[in-house]
Amino acid sequence: MNLRLHVWRQRNAADSGRFVTYPAADISPDMSFLEMLDVVNEGLIARGEDPIAFDHDCREGICGTCGMMIDGQAHGPRRATTACQLHMRTFHDGDEITIEPWRADSFPVVKDLVVDRTAFDRIVAAGGFITAPTGSAPDGNAIPVPKTSADLAMDAAACIGCGACVAACPNASAMLFTAAKVSHLGLLPQGQPERYARVRRMVSQMDAEGFGTCTNHFECEAACPKSISVRFIARLNRDYLRAVLTGGGEPARVEGGAG
Amino acid sequence: MELRANVPDGPIEKKWDKHRFEMKLVNPANKRKHTIIVVGSGLAGASSAASLAELGYNVKCFCYQDSPRRAHSIAAQGGINAAKNYQNDGDSVFRLFYDTVKGGDYRSREANVYRLAQLSVNIIDQCVAQGVPFAREYGGMLANRSFGGAQVSRTFYARGQTGQQLLLGAYQALERQVGLGKVDMHSRHEMLDLVVVDGRARGIVTRDMVTGEVEPHVGDAVVLATGGYGNVFYLATYAKGANATAIWRAYKRGAAFANPCFTQIHPTCIPVTGEHQSKLTLMSESLRNDGRIWVPRKKGDTRPPPQIPDEERDYYLERQYPSFGNLVPRDVASRAAKRVCDEGRGVGPGGYGVYLDFADAIRRLGESVIGEKYGNLFEMYERITAENPYRVPMRIYPATHYTMGGLWVDYNLMSTIPGLHVIGEANFSDHGANRLGASALMQGLADGYFVVPYTLGHYLASTKLEPVGPDHAAFEEAEAAVAARVEKLLGVHGTRSVDSFHRELGKIMWEHCGMARNEGGLKSALGKIPDLREEFWRDVKVLGENEELNQSLEKAGRVADFLELGELVCLDALERRESCGGHFREEFQTPDGEARRDDERFSHVAAWEYAGEGRPPVRHVEPLGFEYVHPTQRSYK
Repeated sequence: MNLRLHVWRQRNAADSGRFVTYPAADISPDMSFLEMLDVVNEGLIARGEDPIAFDHDCREGICGTCGMMIDGQAHGPRRATTACQLHMRTFHDGDEITIEPWRADSFPVVKDLVVDRTAFDRIVAAGGFITAPTGSAPDGNAIPVPKTSADLAMDAAACIGCGACVAACPNASAMLFTAAKVSHLGLLPQGQPERYARVRRMVSQMDAEGFGTCTNHFECEAACPKSISVRFIARLNRDYLRAVLTGGGEPARVEGGAG
Repeated sequence: MELRANVPDGPIEKKWDKHRFEMKLVNPANKRKHTIIVVGSGLAGASSAASLAELGYNVKCFCYQDSPRRAHSIAAQGGINAAKNYQNDGDSVFRLFYDTVKGGDYRSREANVYRLAQLSVNIIDQCVAQGVPFAREYGGMLANRSFGGAQVSRTFYARGQTGQQLLLGAYQALERQVGLGKVDMHSRHEMLDLVVVDGRARGIVTRDMVTGEVEPHVGDAVVLATGGYGNVFYLATYAKGANATAIWRAYKRGAAFANPCFTQIHPTCIPVTGEHQSKLTLMSESLRNDGRIWVPRKKGDTRPPPQIPDEERDYYLERQYPSFGNLVPRDVASRAAKRVCDEGRGVGPGGYGVYLDFADAIRRLGESVIGEKYGNLFEMYERITAENPYRVPMRIYPATHYTMGGLWVDYNLMSTIPGLHVIGEANFSDHGANRLGASALMQGLADGYFVVPYTLGHYLASTKLEPVGPDHAAFEEAEAAVAARVEKLLGVHGTRSVDSFHRELGKIMWEHCGMARNEGGLKSALGKIPDLREEFWRDVKVLGENEELNQSLEKAGRVADFLELGELVCLDALERRESCGGHFREEFQTPDGEARRDDERFSHVAAWEYAGEGRPPVRHVEPLGFEYVHPTQRSYK
């Protein structure tokens, strides 16, 4: 099939950027969306034009590297599907497709469709972990975990950190991303000791990065390639409220020791 | 070059304990005076960087991805082995050791493998403590599944996303250290050279992939955790960015490259659909627990699968290997698939595919049980092929998936360059000629959490290092070499894209050095690759400039290295005149078509030494001794 692409081109963060139209000829329905872009890029290279920069790596929907707005939808029209797993059979001959980078102040554009998502790493560094230094662990079966908790924790932990939730949100909020990690760790017995400190620190970092607030549009869940549920946001809010009201997770006052 | 394995003496079950006691320690106050460079942030890299930082070292960690969480360990699906014997089915450290040595077709170092089996149990504990949401039974205990090459159920898993969850555990531990200021993380940085000062690894040179800046980084030791080189085949289950540049640069600086021809072809991948194909997608081996593999008995039978009655189907693995059936090791399963397809009995477009059929399992267990076990894999398959595996059998075919070969390391996981440690898939150590399923995650984490934090300390404590700065001549020379190479790539101004060269190299490798190899084919590849390399440097077209995000330039550097590495892989395959594990030489097979080892002449590791531009590399040998697992003709019948 033959398509027309309107692609956002931006040389670097300082450039203002613009749409450029390219034809995509002889596209097979078996190609993935990124393979289609590969073909377009090969054509651009042959003509001596700078190929379109886009992030991608595993191309099997798990690394979270790829991500772009396809016709205004994060990762394109198919539900629960990353751009690399979106196949061209979803489109029709003659379609015009608009391709843009994630649009959010906290994700500045690096080049073309590539954005900087290191804000997510900083949210995790602020508290998205269980402190369990190597070597300190008890036997794996010493802490029984109810299957329902483990399964629900896994639902949250399936987040691939692609940033589609932020891109889809009218407020560019990172609540779904942050809530998924807060819930994954907070649902497990191992995660209890740091539960309230974690939610405080992660939320505070999220705010510091300039992400917007959640006003319950639920676009994030609709765009999420792993179908992470907005119910985890409710869980985050509950934990956060409890932390703030009860002083949970505040650093303990250190009393001077007698020795 | 001398290959000293440095295996401690004493009985195998005591070696690691004894060694841990005998190794020197670095005083806690002195640890913070050392800087360690870790390249790669997958299971091995992230776990070692986090563990070293927890110990007090200053760590600089590098990855080419935009975040350390994206390393390709994330794509491992099926699970991780551990000799916990939670199932009470007769597992033990010794059995895991035995299975791994046998599975590797007796081409691995016994002492390393035993240690791996011992540490496997600690890994599970560590990961559970970090919050990895492993699958659980209703009573809250950890669940297990079985995997190829084993008759016990010892694989721990988190749905079909075990690698993702283990990596996120290690990544979170790493980010915790980033937050504490103990790890200085450099994402979107690619290592382009290793710096050796007075014979010791003292740093690396990187390129900032956003600004193009070439930067020196000085350290007291370097850890390479940069994964395998399977993308030399172009089409592989690897991430697109996965590359061999770090290990290849280290090789050219003096690190021996061991067993490069030991590459693994995974039996269950989605078949190729056309020229545009950019990568192949794995369907977890765990599917073989419940799926039955078959092809039609008749050649050229194009009827839809449900119309082929049972008696006209050939469940060839169950027929040929009744005791392991569909769970034979990967190399055996892959070759069997190739054989039936070469006979003209393959299915799907092009005839290079076999069925993996869940109809019986769905009848036995119900769709919901199958969905719970494999739901995400079925969805992935459906997305790619537009076929529903609950209704029609999957079509699968083997694809390059893992490389057992890698930089040679001793028992301490140190290469032939002192101070350069190599861990995870990047080294050669534990899997011999064939890796068993669910063992890669185990090895990456064992190396990173539990081996290198000890052995690297021992190296530092027993070595006197002179202070070195980035203005040292060796750094300046390496930086200049990196900059010159970048300039050279940008200056060719040829007519062919980087991808076209990569694809062509991949075809040569797959045809002559893939699932079956022979002398004639390998010699022909050894003629074609240098020609292609010459053409690359004459006619490659790399647009843009260095001082920007330039994905063509990144790829060009990697493909240039693959064009050299591919030749070494073929050379090693030619020189290893036997069949073992994933290395199948057609000249050396049993009458029923199984791999025939030659223990007399090849019970050794082949470690290649770089001899300089235009000179043939030198093949060194580390003999392998088998005291505990006696080599036999591997049989899964």
